[in-house]
Amino acid sequence: MLLVAEPDQSVRNVPPPVVHCRARKEKDAVARKREISEQTAWMLAIRDRRDKQAFARLFDHFAPRLKGFVVRSGLDAAQAEEIVQDVMLTIWRKADQFDPERAQVSGWIYQITRNRQIDVVRRVGRAMPEELKHEDDHEPDAGQVVALEQETGKLKQALKRLKPEQRMMIEKAYLGDLTHQEIQAETGLPLGTIKSRIRLGLDRLRHELKELREP
Amino acid sequence: MKTITHHTPDPMLAAYAAGTLPPVFEVVVATHVSMCDTCRASLAAHQAVGGALLESADAADLPERLKSDVMALLDMPAVDPQPAPRRSGIYPGPVMQALKSRPPRWKSLGFGVRQSILSDGPDGSLRLLHIPPGRAVPDHGHNGMELTLVLQGRFDDETGTFGVGDLEIADEDLEHTPIAGAGDPCICLAATDAPLRFRTFVPRLLQPLFRI
Repeated sequence: MLLVAEPDQSVRNVPPPVVHCRARKEKDAVARKREISEQTAWMLAIRDRRDKQAFARLFDHFAPRLKGFVVRSGLDAAQAEEIVQDVMLTIWRKADQFDPERAQVSGWIYQITRNRQIDVVRRVGRAMPEELKHEDDHEPDAGQVVALEQETGKLKQALKRLKPEQRMMIEKAYLGDLTHQEIQAETGLPLGTIKSRIRLGLDRLRHELKELREP
Repeated sequence: MKTITHHTPDPMLAAYAAGTLPPVFEVVVATHVSMCDTCRASLAAHQAVGGALLESADAADLPERLKSDVMALLDMPAVDPQPAPRRSGIYPGPVMQALKSRPPRWKSLGFGVRQSILSDGPDGSLRLLHIPPGRAVPDHGHNGMELTLVLQGRFDDETGTFGVGDLEIADEDLEHTPIAGAGDPCICLAATDAPLRFRTFVPRLLQPLFRI
């Protein structure tokens, strides 16, 4: 179990100072859990406990948006539904690859979706970076998870503030309607701005990756 | 480990996330990301942008049976996908995948230079190059864009020094003569979005010899 546990009954039997310390720790953990998004909590329940109820909630949240998203990339309803089904099953089956310190649920699902769409078109698997190894008993650092969520929250705000034309270009780029030359040439595309919004998250990410690599 | 100084440019990482790079470039970018934490983090940022767009997409109606179908499939054993190839020696996972997990099949190009073609088609080519110290890196086609990623050793050209993990991106306008550095032979992963053109290879290879 991650991040926070049910209140531990055994603490009643330990001396007072320890109770204090433990209680404070639990209070912190509960406070942090409140800050962690529902989506992340569902995904961790799916990953760690194979929780089908959490999966059903995740499905209700993401599946309709996922269909809306892939329809925008030019698929008809039937094709889009097939992608939704494949992606949702992949989320269940590859849940062990989800790492809340490095990715938001939505970003993780975005990449699974694009990978699936490309595989359907090309009929050959695309080249993907090596997975980073992480220890099985590694508990996510709640502070890091929350920081990443806050940064992506700011990113969503930044996206909302874009001019409609800019927003359209961004969508085209991330839905796969622009080549890299077109993205490069599109000077109005605020890739730099967007990236600076999540720079804090990135700095933490880089730091963590470095530690993973240098045992 | 030496610091990587030549990274994958942002528009190319965004295009990788969206899946609009030619497949041969995809292999190079996936390999670079496997070696470069900075670019892995940048790629995660682009995935976060994609995720934010996904979350703000309008919800579309789904047929009721879609959810029950998916829920019913959860307990079915998944068709075991082939495990992703692992790094072997200097070759990161994506290179091993392109090699189909077999060692490179080197063919001599003369002067100690060797190459192993991983794929070559109308949409571009991908190969490994093995260049002894002091020799020129063969041209990989001057019709389009060329990507060269160093896996071992280093090379230098007019624009700088490229060590392990560094990615050079050259378009048709760049006139340059990369030369393998001293020490270990330089081994690179090279991709171009144009088919291989052998004719251009020999003159470039000879250039440094004539200069000496």
